[in-house]
Amino acid sequence: MQQILHSSTTVIKPSKGWVSIRLRDLWEYRELLYFLTWRDIKVRYKQTALGALWAIIQPFFTMVVFSLFFGRLAKVPSDGIPYPLFSFAALVPWTFFANGLSQSSNSLVGSTDLITKVYFPRLIIPVSSVLSGFIDFAIAFIVFMAMAFYYGIYPALSIILLPFLLLLGLITALGVGLWLSALNVKFRDVRYTIPFLTQFWLFATPIAYPSSLLSEPWRTIYGINPMVGVVEGFRWALLGADTAPGAIIFVSALVSMGLLVSGAFYFKRMEKFFADII
Amino acid sequence: MSDIGINVENLSKQYKIGAAADKGRTFREALTDKIVTPLRLMRNTFFRPDTSGFNAEPARIGSGGSELIWALKNISFQIKKGEVVGIIGRNGAGKTTLLKILSRITEPTEGKVSINGRVGSLLEVGAGFHSELTGRENIYLNGAILGMKKAEIDKKFDNIVTFAEIKRFIDTPVKRYSSGMYMRLAFAVAAQLEPEILLVDEVLAVGDALFQTKCLAKMSSITQQGRTVLFVSHNMSAISSICKTGILLEAGKISFAGPVQEAVSIYLDQFSGTSQRGMQLSLRKDRTGTGEAKLVNFCLEDENGKKIVQIRNGQTVRFIFDYITKSNQEVEDVDFQIVMLTQEAGLLFQFPLAPGHYRLDAYLAARGKPSDYISWLTLVDVIDGDFYQSGYCIFEKESKFLVDGSFSFQESH
Repeated sequence: MQQILHSSTTVIKPSKGWVSIRLRDLWEYRELLYFLTWRDIKVRYKQTALGALWAIIQPFFTMVVFSLFFGRLAKVPSDGIPYPLFSFAALVPWTFFANGLSQSSNSLVGSTDLITKVYFPRLIIPVSSVLSGFIDFAIAFIVFMAMAFYYGIYPALSIILLPFLLLLGLITALGVGLWLSALNVKFRDVRYTIPFLTQFWLFATPIAYPSSLLSEPWRTIYGINPMVGVVEGFRWALLGADTAPGAIIFVSALVSMGLLVSGAFYFKRMEKFFADII
Repeated sequence: MSDIGINVENLSKQYKIGAAADKGRTFREALTDKIVTPLRLMRNTFFRPDTSGFNAEPARIGSGGSELIWALKNISFQIKKGEVVGIIGRNGAGKTTLLKILSRITEPTEGKVSINGRVGSLLEVGAGFHSELTGRENIYLNGAILGMKKAEIDKKFDNIVTFAEIKRFIDTPVKRYSSGMYMRLAFAVAAQLEPEILLVDEVLAVGDALFQTKCLAKMSSITQQGRTVLFVSHNMSAISSICKTGILLEAGKISFAGPVQEAVSIYLDQFSGTSQRGMQLSLRKDRTGTGEAKLVNFCLEDENGKKIVQIRNGQTVRFIFDYITKSNQEVEDVDFQIVMLTQEAGLLFQFPLAPGHYRLDAYLAARGKPSDYISWLTLVDVIDGDFYQSGYCIFEKESKFLVDGSFSFQESH
């Protein structure tokens, strides 16, 4: 069932190779984006006993485990910040990223009946599944703030840069999600690589340890993993860690933009096959 | 611009079938393909099969478990603004593929389509419904999926609820709805679509008889508002009553385009006297028996003597067999058996099978001796005709055979 909003002439013909992203189409369907995001949020914790608590449980217990094993036993340094706070400040954006990544990667395959029966810009599907993670992020973030007050740490003015850092995390999740969701339509192998990928990425990102373990220029090069910039940025903005990650964030932003743009083009290129092969 | 609503030029669509179309390919297969494909291309260059024929079978190319099939091949037609066109043809003739291309769900392989005006298409009612969400929430979600703006849905909300007759359950999750309520709600949202060009696929094939009547009435009223409508259906009576023009598709090609009555009768003629494979019954060689009496023609009629291709269960059906005798002389004591029903041929009241496809075998005996036996005479298509007058569908998987009976409870003292 579908509707195309065009008052003028629509021309349908085979497309060849790389095609334009058509951001205007996306804008025209912004209400659908809103409704699909809203649906994902509504449905997520329906018929669960703990409901939205799940948004906290995942990062919180990871923090507890990390504090116990890395903080207490392994005595991993934490830039002079209490270890639980140090790891939780990273786990909150990380959880947003990891859930957004895995949900967007599986989003197309999970919307088979929409894709085969209705026309709309397919980009909306992975975008809405990343956006729906904001609510979980907000809940976890409140818990983080409560924890920070408990430890007597009050955010500095740098907190106003937080939305930008969160956007960086979103762009990274979406960039990878666009690649993987399009690949997932063709190769269901992708589904099995996602848990492995996120776990690997978790340890490749300075969440349990600080990036200050590396010396320059390696620390800046580390920013090629865009989540390094996000996580270190969060620590700096929220906890005033003395590791102002300027150069890292710059490198990370470049890489994540590259991921997003290439992901979007790859997605558009594959889009025409979705309905036929999903 | 001009008065042309839809202009289709040399439209073709190729699908991969067989192994290559399997869901969920793996990287390993893709890698193997990268190596094998050049070899295959080379071979196809030297041995290119003829794809230009106008055969009953769709043109096929390819090998090695993966076949390429032309679901549509060089289709061209024009539809004027305000014209109501029915698209008919057998399963696999390319009807749905055509609609999917026009709705931009899938891309054509070749050719071009120009559409003047806002398009709305109904390939399925209730697409995107989420079972956990309430009726109210699903109206908004489904409306947005159909391309309606929130303000538009707000305005039409009461109409939708009234049309669907679900006022009391509007805040209940749709997973608690009966299938009838679910379908009514889905159709009610779809019925609010007000595009200039409407593409509809078989929506009438679902739901109970009452719902189908309602849909049909809505369809008729839509067509009277001067909209351009493209309507795909197997329901010939609906097609003939709604549409003025008919396009008959056969194996991905247009075999007829013109007045709807003509299109329908050409389509129906294919079924009478032809086997499943499109062969004249009298030409069938795969038969056994003495041949003293031979079947040459077969068709189905309803109680008014009108040819039908589908049987609604509960309907009265006449199975009509023409046979010839060897010497063209009257043979007494001819006995028919239709294996599908194991019942003497003739009038069948209240056709008792559940919806589905049934294979029909016919057996003819003359003077007590087997004279002609043809297996797989044809495939009979049975659709739901609300056998129990209950308003609910009986699906094939629940029961094959419908029994009429009545029960009553008696209080015991």
